[in-house]
Amino acid sequence: MTDGAAVIELQRVTKTYRTGDVEVHALRGVDLVVRRGELVAIMGASGSGKSTLMNIVGCLDVPTAGRFLLDGIDVRALDDASLATVRNRRIGFVFQSFNLIPRTSALANVELPLAYGGVARRERRQRALAALDAVGLGDRVEHLPTELSGGQQQRVAVARALVTSPAIVLADEPTGNLDSVSTAEIMQLFVQLNREGRTIVLITHEPDVAAYATRVVRMRDGLVVADDVRPVPVGAGS
Amino acid sequence: MNVESVRNALRGIGANKLRSGLTVLGILIGVGAVIVLVAVGNGSSIAIQQRIERLGTNTLTVFNRGRGGRQQIGTQSSAVTLKDGDIAALNDKTQAPDIVSASPVVTIANATATHEGATTTIGTLLGSDANYLETTNRPVDVGRGLTADDVANHARVIVLGRTTVSNLYVPGSDVIGTTVQVNGKSFQVVGVQAAKGTNGAQDLDDFGLLPYTSAQDSLTGKSQGYQQVVVQATASGAENAAQAEIVTILDSRHGIGATTASPFTVLNQSSLLQTSQDTSNTFTVLLGAVAAISLLVGGIGVMNIMLVTVTERTREIGIRKAIGAPRRAILGQFLTEAVILTLLGGLAGIAAGFVGSRFEIVGVKPVIAGYSIPLAFGVALAVGLFFGIYPANRAASLRPIDALRHE
Repeated sequence: MTDGAAVIELQRVTKTYRTGDVEVHALRGVDLVVRRGELVAIMGASGSGKSTLMNIVGCLDVPTAGRFLLDGIDVRALDDASLATVRNRRIGFVFQSFNLIPRTSALANVELPLAYGGVARRERRQRALAALDAVGLGDRVEHLPTELSGGQQQRVAVARALVTSPAIVLADEPTGNLDSVSTAEIMQLFVQLNREGRTIVLITHEPDVAAYATRVVRMRDGLVVADDVRPVPVGAGS
Repeated sequence: MNVESVRNALRGIGANKLRSGLTVLGILIGVGAVIVLVAVGNGSSIAIQQRIERLGTNTLTVFNRGRGGRQQIGTQSSAVTLKDGDIAALNDKTQAPDIVSASPVVTIANATATHEGATTTIGTLLGSDANYLETTNRPVDVGRGLTADDVANHARVIVLGRTTVSNLYVPGSDVIGTTVQVNGKSFQVVGVQAAKGTNGAQDLDDFGLLPYTSAQDSLTGKSQGYQQVVVQATASGAENAAQAEIVTILDSRHGIGATTASPFTVLNQSSLLQTSQDTSNTFTVLLGAVAAISLLVGGIGVMNIMLVTVTERTREIGIRKAIGAPRRAILGQFLTEAVILTLLGGLAGIAAGFVGSRFEIVGVKPVIAGYSIPLAFGVALAVGLFFGIYPANRAASLRPIDALRHE
């Protein structure tokens, strides 16, 4: 599956927050390389630094020290506008709480990243419909988020993450708010996308979810403590 | 600002209809107030202008200050009155090139007119010459006015105003050629003055005009001289020159020097009304300024509501940024929303202004000033932009990670 090219490359990345007088070392020097085509699950207890890691990889936050290369580009050198473009073109986000834009149809939600990317209206619509079709929601494109179940909302979010054909899809506990049936559906979706060649990094607490991954990275106290590569995922195809 | 962002903004505004409605109301009141109050000022200014036209635009009146209980200055001033020689001098083109005509006026107070048993007191009964009606802008629409012959021949003729006619005659009856008794003396009616309405203080149609010669013969007596002279200047810009000539002629004829106060007052009516026109313009500006303040308050309302909206939708802003919204897209989104709020308020305010201007306000019929509409609307838009920029900029400057964490 992997063709060897590094999509994400973290070199001794640290992140320190200040809350009042207390310094919180969220990341203490993380080295991690994710290659094209991997499906990586990042596991760890609360406060282990996995969300901070995800925010840095997603270009929502910048490291205090160390280097982070996304598709070979050092993100620290980029200004605000370029970062917005990177988030738009190279990264697809899926959040625990779905984070769809309220009062906006599924189709409009999926079209949004394309609109920000300057794609023409006609093409935008076609690609958004195709993405919704791919996640099995071709018949619910005009529904508002409030008219969809949690699983369906998360599928809209996945479609929105995919529609720009990003290099990586980042999912922060994507099944955290879903029941077991919807969890299985979403994870099947990720596995399928991964088989089509997408690089996926997801954060999870649940071993059931991690079982779908080709690689499991465990974090504790801001450091990577275990890194298991499993060419044949335990949960795949179940 | 494309169709999509407008639709987006409308969705945002529609999400909280009551709050948006109240904000729009603030702008509506501001814009409506500007339009109505400027219309009120404009209306009163137009009313004054019409009054100037009714009086005759280039008319001056010379009064003997001895009239009306004024303190007389100097020892001989009780003897100083306007005489025929003064009138002749004022009518002399070489001495007074800016004067078309000077008409002597004798006033017959509390004159009673009778016609076939009907009796009325004429509000203003004057004796003057052939130029009086033209000078004071009182055209005659039935019959004729006074002629120079009437004056020379001491003709017993009279021109009546509409109100006086309706007080004396049965509606529809012939007036011209009939005879009325004024204080018991017979005068033949030769003309009826066209309706003039009111000058604000008195009914200009409760009026009668006789040749001053016959008025002196039968009603007042010759010895009094004239209480007034009505002067027509050559053009409406020439009143001041005419006024100077009047003062020079009268001063020299009556031996008034630098040390003696003139017993005459020259009233330049159009310049007097010009002053009240200026006052009215100041009034308009003042009203407009008060209204503009309410527009400003409306704008602060927009800013307030946009700040609340940005805070409420911080998470949404975070999501948009996470999926790659550039700064200007967020800025544009919230600015569009603010501008649409003021635009709605502006349009509704113009409608309200039109409705409000249909009513008479404190005795003034408002007349909408053409400039007030684009002005109020433009200011409303500018207010939206100005007060929208800060909240929109605040939204656009949020760090995505902070915005996403916002609960």
